[in-house]
Amino acid sequence: MATENHLLDPRHWVKAHADYLYAYTLSRINNEEQAKDLVQETFLAALEKADGFEGKSSERTWLTAILKNKIVDVYRKKSSGLGNTAEKKAEDEQQDFFDAYTGHWNDAYKPLPFGMEDHDPFVSKEFNQILQKCLQKLPGLWMSVFMMKHMDDAATEFICNELKVSQANFWVIIHRAKLNLRACLQKNWI
Amino acid sequence: MNHFEKILNNCKQATLLIGKKQIKNLSFREAITLRIHLAGCSMCKLYNKQSHVINTMVHQLFHDSMQSSAPKLDDDFKKELQERIEEGLNKN
Repeated sequence: MATENHLLDPRHWVKAHADYLYAYTLSRINNEEQAKDLVQETFLAALEKADGFEGKSSERTWLTAILKNKIVDVYRKKSSGLGNTAEKKAEDEQQDFFDAYTGHWNDAYKPLPFGMEDHDPFVSKEFNQILQKCLQKLPGLWMSVFMMKHMDDAATEFICNELKVSQANFWVIIHRAKLNLRACLQKNWI
Repeated sequence: MNHFEKILNNCKQATLLIGKKQIKNLSFREAITLRIHLAGCSMCKLYNKQSHVINTMVHQLFHDSMQSSAPKLDDDFKKELQERIEEGLNKN
């Protein structure tokens, strides 16, 4: 099925990679059913593409690349259509963060210490759970852009292309997503 | 307000630049603007720190999920998956 150094062995995919791919998906899309579906779709798509496998990357890397595309598809769907109302609402809320004239923090929203800026490993587990909830609360497009950038370290151009946002809008979204996340953490953590 | 005061007051702009800086290099002008602002604004200094913490935590969230304590698929689902794959293989 393949040449060079890497070979595909579909009969061992489940044993060797299913849990990895599942965890990979779940950390990006916090929905177990959807994550299962994506893992299954990945294997089936991989079977069909197996002839095109050139053995240049490892089996796992190759499977992960297929999965990644599928996750981007999910992000893309989330960020179009229905998501727009969520963005509008979140944008409106952020109007209150800063003074409309000067751009200075309004008192009610100014940053307060989390008490863990210096990274206390003891609190990080609980903090992580809140972080995950706050991530899921972001409007679809914001979450997609934020996750692709900060989890996958995808190139900015790639994200802009895939999600159809301009460069200028990209920075606005990164800004808004971070403002919202931080505010959500402050509200739920302190 | 003179130009200097405008920079000092504009936390909205400063927080945008903080986010940008964590991803790419700022232009000279942006870098100076941010530096001036941060020198005079303890709130944005805190925001800057927290923004870094959030980035670190997001990375960690991902790496944690890749460790042994990571969520696993149940055996029934795996069996099903295995069958689907065998089916696919036999078709070819």
